[in-house]
Amino acid sequence: MRRNPRDTEESNRTLNRRTLLLGGAMGAMVAVLGARMRYLQVEQADEFKLLAEENRISIRLIPPDRGLIRDRNGKLIADNEQNYRVIITREAAGDAELVLRRLANVIPMTAEELDSAIEEVKSLSAFVPVTVAERLSWQDFSKVALNAPALPGVTPEVGLSRQYPLDTDFAHVVGYVGPVSDKDLEGLATPDPLLRIPKFQIGKIGVEKWMEDTLRGAAGTKRIEVNSAGRVMRELERQEGEAGADIRLTIDADVQNFAQARLGEESAAVVVMDVTNGDIICCASAPSFDPNLFVRGISHSDYNVLMEDDHRPLANKTVSGAYPPGSTFKMVTALAALEAGVITPETRVRCPGYIEYGGRRFHCWKRGGHGSVGLVRSLSESCDVYYYDIAQKVGIDKIAEMGRRLGLGQRYEIPMSAITEGIMPNKQWKLERHKQDWRIGDTINASIGQGYVLSSPLQLAVMTARLASGRAVLPRLIRMVNEKELPAPEAAPLGLTQEFLDGIHLGMYEVVNGEQGTAKSSRIVDPTLIMAGKTGTSQVRNITAAEREAGVISNDQLPWNRRDHALFVGYAPYDAPRYAISVVVEHGGGGSTAAAPIARDVILRALSDGLPSLEAYPSSQRGRIESMLKELPLRDPVTGMVPVKTQT
Amino acid sequence: MSFLEYRVKQAPVGLRKVLYLNWPLVVLLTAVASVGILMLHSIAGGEFDVWAKRQAQVFGAGLVLMFIIAMIPIWFWRNMAGIAYLVAFLLLILVEFMGETNMGAQRWINLGFMQFQPSEMMKFSLVMMLAAYYDWLDPKRISRPLYVLIPVLLTVAPTVLVLMQPNLGTSLMLLLAGAAVMFAAGVSLWYFGGVLALVVAVIVGVFTLRGTPWQFLHDYQYTRIDTFLNPGADPLGAGYNIIQAQIALGSGGWSGKGYMQGTQSRLNFLPEKHTDFIFTTLAEEFGFVGAFSLLVLYALIIGFCLVAAFRNRDRFSALLIVGVAANFFFYIAVNLSMVMGMAPVVGVPLPLLSYGGSAMLVLLVGFGLVQSAHVHRPR
Repeated sequence: MRRNPRDTEESNRTLNRRTLLLGGAMGAMVAVLGARMRYLQVEQADEFKLLAEENRISIRLIPPDRGLIRDRNGKLIADNEQNYRVIITREAAGDAELVLRRLANVIPMTAEELDSAIEEVKSLSAFVPVTVAERLSWQDFSKVALNAPALPGVTPEVGLSRQYPLDTDFAHVVGYVGPVSDKDLEGLATPDPLLRIPKFQIGKIGVEKWMEDTLRGAAGTKRIEVNSAGRVMRELERQEGEAGADIRLTIDADVQNFAQARLGEESAAVVVMDVTNGDIICCASAPSFDPNLFVRGISHSDYNVLMEDDHRPLANKTVSGAYPPGSTFKMVTALAALEAGVITPETRVRCPGYIEYGGRRFHCWKRGGHGSVGLVRSLSESCDVYYYDIAQKVGIDKIAEMGRRLGLGQRYEIPMSAITEGIMPNKQWKLERHKQDWRIGDTINASIGQGYVLSSPLQLAVMTARLASGRAVLPRLIRMVNEKELPAPEAAPLGLTQEFLDGIHLGMYEVVNGEQGTAKSSRIVDPTLIMAGKTGTSQVRNITAAEREAGVISNDQLPWNRRDHALFVGYAPYDAPRYAISVVVEHGGGGSTAAAPIARDVILRALSDGLPSLEAYPSSQRGRIESMLKELPLRDPVTGMVPVKTQT
Repeated sequence: MSFLEYRVKQAPVGLRKVLYLNWPLVVLLTAVASVGILMLHSIAGGEFDVWAKRQAQVFGAGLVLMFIIAMIPIWFWRNMAGIAYLVAFLLLILVEFMGETNMGAQRWINLGFMQFQPSEMMKFSLVMMLAAYYDWLDPKRISRPLYVLIPVLLTVAPTVLVLMQPNLGTSLMLLLAGAAVMFAAGVSLWYFGGVLALVVAVIVGVFTLRGTPWQFLHDYQYTRIDTFLNPGADPLGAGYNIIQAQIALGSGGWSGKGYMQGTQSRLNFLPEKHTDFIFTTLAEEFGFVGAFSLLVLYALIIGFCLVAAFRNRDRFSALLIVGVAANFFFYIAVNLSMVMGMAPVVGVPLPLLSYGGSAMLVLLVGFGLVQSAHVHRPR
């Protein structure tokens, strides 16, 4: 073979040597690559496998069904309603805008809703489902299903959403649920992962809030495979959660409804308690609001209406309202004096219409005075001077102690929001609170439940139940959890002298049933349902001497918010107490006219099966009562609807 | 310089040439390409039509092209070297002005039936040109500065044009291929030492001039370097590709997750998985066993080439084979380094595996030249 003349052995050797060198370098690099492969795939394999699994698998929570809330007889108060909603996925829809426009012809949608839906669908990833409409009627929902071929990418879905069929009746007791807020998460060291689910609803106030742990249940989990964009590819494993426990309240929904209707437009509160075990049978605060509005997200205008109402519909007056108990407090003062031994039931005090202490004149409500007054008459005719007298004999500390013993000035652990402690003042309290010494005038004011004394309708009901039973009854709101009866704690005797209690009972009997009783027009004539009680009228303003000279202006002539609060506490039946009741009508005027009639109707309703029998009322009142009862906007037992009030 | 300088009679003639082809090389190339088609099938989620079909067609066409080129005597190709280089060079200039933009870089000329990348053509043209140059050059003058400058210019000119597109990956490949041929031809090692020193200086320059109006690279190229140096700094942004690629590789483990079972790939965690990052899917689904086997196949291809070069006493042929093999190797080395987190992400495909018609065809044209050199070697 002839060589290229320029080729030399030398140059060929160089070429071969360099080729070998090059080959060696390449071989070295291949070895490095191989080593790197080994490092990544053999030595680090476990770590990377873990990372790949973390990439791939995502754990999603399955929200549990929230526990239902029922009344003591099983009537639904808080339900999980089927929420029919329509969801669209852009990816499956093709032209999402066109599909949405078609959808708007099928279900009721405003132009705004349509535009915001189109915008939302367009702004999110193609595979993210967007809820277009919620809470559809069954008809609209089935229309969507029927038109499915024309609506690609649109899926009708059913979810659960909280619903309160008895709307306004239980707004204050049961409260409502709402989406988790940052505030809810504050202070929780390890929040339930469920709370991180978007739009997950938790109890905001009332039983829904305070029984949250019981009602919520435990989340289920599903392990799903997701791709890099977060789209769910398939479900790998599913572990069902545990539904929340159902709760039965002690409240009777029918009594509650009756009370709510009976309170009507008043700014008022009623608490009915079972004297024997403390069960709260009724706990109504008026006016009320519809909790369903809050679940769906209340509009600003609706919210403002509720906020600006001077009757404060959002406040739960039964437990958060703190009122001067007025004359309903007189039993406390009397029992304190009796137990302290400063008086006996027979002790008499002369009432000239006022009493003077330290140059100040303290008036009885009755300007002319009651004359010589004993325990029973002091209650039945509500003589103030009697209490001024015995109170300064026994002293405020003993009165406060008795008040506490009877349940005032303390907070009860029931699952409701904003429970007030009230105020049961004594010398120590005033020193701490106002940095002032206690004065005799303070005792005199406190003796008739004015001045510093404040108590809630719930506390007044407890007080009455304790007076009626002589036992330390504690209020109870939850009757059953998961259909299992919770044991009602046995109430311990208060250790009060029976003779004194009998005197108080007789006085309270005379209040309602005596000839001169302040609440005699609210008596119950059915001998098996006789009611005993005490009226109260508490001032929200000071009556000046000048005003007193000119003649005290009657409540009717005052603006609403300066009128007296009307109160009534009572129990029935007199000889075998079953229920205790307290009624507060804010700025209602006199306790005998504004509060006692309500108390009679509600306690009769609690004692009866259905509407109170007219036989229980004095015959002269039956006609008026009958038409009043007929007018009440009671909830229809079948439909659950409240009749629309017609203006007459 | 003409083909008459060879003893033509001793070269095989006509169809007998087929028997003298480097058949192990053909088998190895087909094997690797088949792996690529298999992987493209898997990456498309079991759809053959998405990428695998076209890749198979291109490979078939490329194989035919390779045989045709192999049948034509190597001295013809040597004589064509200058023309091929000139054409490629002109096209590179043309593409600067007329090329179609893709991903911010001008690289394509639309031929109607396919998109053509002149930079791809330059790959083998440059190797041919340099091999022909050293074939012509008196070996005694090889290391003289003037005769070193000529091949350097021949290499650097197209490299700069490609860099301007900008296509960092391909320009780097051209530079390395040119250097490899010059190295094999016997250019004094002092030059290489000097260039190495220069490279270090340039790297320093690249970093010190960053942010000034004289910065060498595009911002996205700087970002790639930053990301390479510290992928963890931005795990969801620029570092995402590198991290996810390594997770895919590592999670493949010893024997892999099984064909079409790669979660990283199937669930779209992998970037550009059908092109530059195709190796990650292979490594994930076939594990270390599969990945290392592929490396062995590549090493065998290069090995057979180098042996063929070694046994070829024609300078042009030997240099051509070394150049093609070196180019092939650099692609593999850079791509695998990048995928395995050993080098910054530069857009370099994995030969025979990554989806792409131009690259596949050019590669097989290169191997066609290798075959031609092998068939028509002096005996």
